[in-house]
Amino acid sequence: MISIDNVTVGYGAAGFITAVDGVSFTIGSNEIIGIAGESGSGKSTLMRAVYGDFSTGLRIKSGTVTGRFTDAATGKTIEKPSSLFRDLWWDQISYIPQGSMSVLNPLMKIEKQVVDGLPRRERGGGRRELRARIAKFLAGFGLEENVLDAYPHQLSGGMRQRVLVAIAAFVNPRLILADEPTTALDVVVQKKILLMMVEIQRRLQNTLVLVSHDLGVHYQITDRLVIMYKGQIVEAGRTADIFANPQHDYTRNLIASLPRLHGQRAVDRVGAGA
Amino acid sequence: MRSFFTHAPFRLYLGLLLLAVCIVVGGILPWLAPGDPLVWYSAPRNQNPSGAYWLGTTSLGQDVFWLLTYALRNSIILGLIVAGLSTVIGVFLGLAAGYAGGWLDRVLSFFMDALLCIPTLPILILMAALFGGQLALPIVGLLLVVFNWPYPARQVRAVALTMREREFINVAWFSGESSSRILIRHIFPYIAGWSAANFINTVLVGISTESALAVIGLSSAQQATLGTMIYWAINYQALLGGKYVWIGSPVVAIVLLFIGLFLVSSGLSMQSAAKRMSV
Amino acid sequence: MHLLRFIAGRLVVYALVIVFALTVLFFVPRLGPTDPVEAMLAKVASQGAYMDPAQVDKLRQSLIDTFGLGGSLWEQYGAFVNRIVFSADFGPSLSMYPTPVMELIWNALPWTFGLLLSSTLIAWILGNFVGLLSGWRPNSNSSRVMEGIAICLYPIPYYILALVLSILFSYVWKIFPLTTTIRGAPWSWELVSSIVWNSFLPAMSIVIVVFGWWVISVKAQTSALKEEEFARYARLKGLSDGRILTAYILPNALLPQITFLALQIGLMFNGSLITEILFDYPGLGLLIYTAVLQGDFNLLMGTISLSVIAVATATMIIDLIYPLLDPRIRHR
Repeated sequence: MISIDNVTVGYGAAGFITAVDGVSFTIGSNEIIGIAGESGSGKSTLMRAVYGDFSTGLRIKSGTVTGRFTDAATGKTIEKPSSLFRDLWWDQISYIPQGSMSVLNPLMKIEKQVVDGLPRRERGGGRRELRARIAKFLAGFGLEENVLDAYPHQLSGGMRQRVLVAIAAFVNPRLILADEPTTALDVVVQKKILLMMVEIQRRLQNTLVLVSHDLGVHYQITDRLVIMYKGQIVEAGRTADIFANPQHDYTRNLIASLPRLHGQRAVDRVGAGA
Repeated sequence: MRSFFTHAPFRLYLGLLLLAVCIVVGGILPWLAPGDPLVWYSAPRNQNPSGAYWLGTTSLGQDVFWLLTYALRNSIILGLIVAGLSTVIGVFLGLAAGYAGGWLDRVLSFFMDALLCIPTLPILILMAALFGGQLALPIVGLLLVVFNWPYPARQVRAVALTMREREFINVAWFSGESSSRILIRHIFPYIAGWSAANFINTVLVGISTESALAVIGLSSAQQATLGTMIYWAINYQALLGGKYVWIGSPVVAIVLLFIGLFLVSSGLSMQSAAKRMSV
Repeated sequence: MHLLRFIAGRLVVYALVIVFALTVLFFVPRLGPTDPVEAMLAKVASQGAYMDPAQVDKLRQSLIDTFGLGGSLWEQYGAFVNRIVFSADFGPSLSMYPTPVMELIWNALPWTFGLLLSSTLIAWILGNFVGLLSGWRPNSNSSRVMEGIAICLYPIPYYILALVLSILFSYVWKIFPLTTTIRGAPWSWELVSSIVWNSFLPAMSIVIVVFGWWVISVKAQTSALKEEEFARYARLKGLSDGRILTAYILPNALLPQITFLALQIGLMFNGSLITEILFDYPGLGLLIYTAVLQGDFNLLMGTISLSVIAVATATMIIDLIYPLLDPRIRHR
C-alpha cells in the first residue's frame, strides 16, 4: 500500500536538520503496523512524511514515499508520492491525533466535527440519516447520542479520544495513521480504546499505522513492528518475533524496561544483589 | 525589510526615533524661543513660511514654529503627568485589590468597572461648560487621572491574582520574605514591562482627550496645546484663508507624536509578552 | 441555573454602575468653584439681554429646578434620579424655548446612532476580512504593508482624521460639502442620497481609524489561532483554506472581539462627538456643542446624562452578551 524507499526527511531549507535518515519499509494492506521509539527517534517525522503533511518546513531530502490506492467508486488504481496525498486525506487516508484539549474546534458541536471533511461517498442520505448513522457508529464506541450535541470541553479525555478515533474511522479509509492516540490516558481507558481500534481494523480490513513510544501498546495490538532509534530503523519484523527474540541492544533495553507481572522485578534484583 | 513592523525591536526603535524628535522639538527648543510665541503681534501677520518664520505666522501675528514648540511641550507635559499619576495609582490599587482580595478587591473592582463604563469626554464637556466655558489644564489633567487609572489597575489586578498562585511566589513566601518585599522584589518586576507599555498608552490617551476638548474650544486658552492651536487656527479662519501650514503643523505634530507613542507602546508590550512566555 | 445567577449578578453590577454614573452627574455641577446658576445668569446678562429683577428671579428658580439645587442634598438627589430615570424629562430647552430637551435629543439620536453603527459595522467587516487574510499569511508582503498602514492609522484620533479629511476633500479639493445640509422629502431617493453624501466624510473618519484597529488585532489573533492544534487537525482533514478560515479560525477570532468592542465603545462615542461638531453633523455631539455655546443648561444636562447612561448601558449589554455566545461558559 505504501512503500518507503531509502527516505531521508528533515526540517529547514538552508541548514537541513535530518530527523529520519535513509529508512526503507513497506506498509501492506490489512495489517496493524507499529512504529516505536523514544522521543526524538524520528517516528513522528516519519509518520508525517507518510501522511504527506509537509508543513512547518518538513521536506524529503532523498528517497521516496509512494502510495498505491484503489478508488472504491471507479476501481482505478491511484499511485502517487506522499507529497501529493492531500486529495486522499479524509478519503483514502485518515489520521488520529493525540486527543489534547485543543485538538477539536472548541466552538463546534461534535456532530459537525464528524461530518466536516467526510468524503461524498460517506455523506449519503439526508442530514437526519447521516446523523443516525453517526450515532450508531459512536454507540459502537460506547458513546451516547447526546455526545453529538456536545461541545469538546464537555467531554472527558477518554471520550474525546474515542471521538477522534470514531471521526477517523467513520471516513472508512484504507489507511489510518494514529499518532500517540492513547498516551495521555490512564491504562484502563487506554486498553479499551486500543481494543476498539483493533476491532475497527478487523472489520474494515484496512491498514492501521500506530505510532507510540510505549512498547506495551505495540505488544497488545500490532501485527508488525518497526523500531526506530536516532532516525534509523534498528529492527523490524513480526511483533511476536521481536518480543520473543529481540536482535538489537536498543530493542532489548526497551523490552527490559517494560513493567512485568511475571519474572524478577527490577527492585527485587537490586535487593538480591545487595 | 523582511522583519518590518512585526519584529518588536524595530517597531520600538522607529517609535523611539519619532518620540525623540517630538521631545527635542517640545522639550529643548522652547528654551531657545526668542520670546513668548503666544503674544499677539510679536511677529508680522499672515506670513508664509520663510527663512525668518519657518512655518509662517498666524493672522494674530504669532510665529507658528515657536508656537508649535510650546504647544508640543505643554501637551507632552500634560500627557506625562496624567500617565504618571494614573499608572502609579492604578498599579498600587490593582496590586492591593489582587493581592489582598476580599471586600477591598470587590470595592476596587467595582470602581474600576464603573469608571471604564463612563465616557470621559461628555463629563469633561459638562464641567467645562459649567465652570465658565473653559477648564484649566491642571483640572483637565486631574479628571483624566480619575478616568484612566482603572486601565492599569484592572490589568495589574489580574496579574497579581495569577501571581499569588505562582510557584516562585510560594517559594519566596515559605523562605520567609515579607509580603511587601515579595510585592516589590518579585511581582513588580513582572508587571513592569506591561506597565511601561500602558504608561505610554495613557500619555497618548491623555494628550488625545485634552486635544479633543481643546479643538472645540473648551480647554485652557491661557496655554498653547496642540489642540488649542488647532482651535485657534479654525477659529481665525486659517482654512478659508488657505493657510494650511498654520493648521497643518499641529495636525502633523499630533499624528507623528501618536504614531511614535503607539509604536513604542506596542513594541514594549510585544517584548514583555515574549519575556513573559519565557518565564 | 448557573447562567441565571450569572446574569442576575451582572444586572446588579449594572444597576450599581448606573447609580454611580448618576451620582457623578449629580455632583459635577456642585464641584465647581462657581455656582452654576449664578454663572449661567452672568452669562445671560453678559449677552446683553436686559431683564428686570422679577424675570431674573424666575429664571434663577427654573435653573435651580433644572440642577435640582432646591431642598436638602438627599431631596435634591432623589429629585434628580427621579427626573432622569423615571420620567426622562429634562425640561424645556432654554435656547430653543419651549421645545422639550427630550424632543431635541430624540431628533438627534438617530443621526449619531446611524453614524456610529454604520461606520463601526463597515470598519468591523473590512477589518476582519483584511485582518484574517493578513494573519493567514503573516509574512507575505501585502500582509506587512496592510499592517504598516493600520499601525499608522489606528493611533490617530477620529477628530484629527476628520479634520484632515475635511481639509483635503472639502477645502483643497471641493468634492464633499463643508457642512451638513440634508434635503429631500421624507423617504425619497433624494433624501437618502443626501444623507449618504453628507455622512460620507464623518463616517470615513471613524471607519478608517476603527478599521486600522481591527486589522491589527484580528491579524494578531489569526496568526495565533492558525498555530492552534484544531487548525492543524482541520488542515490534516483535507479541508480547504477557505473552510478552515471561515469555520475554524473566524468563529474563534470573533468571540473575544465582543470584549474588545465593550472596551472601545466609550472611546468611539467620545470620538464621534468631536467628529460631528467638526462636520456640523446633526447628531448628539452637535447638540451638546450647541448647548455649550448657547449656555443651554437644560439641554446640556439632558444630552450629557443621556449619553453617559447610553454608553454605560451599551458597554454592559455587550459585556453580558459575551458569555451567552461562548459555549465554554454557556454549558459548564
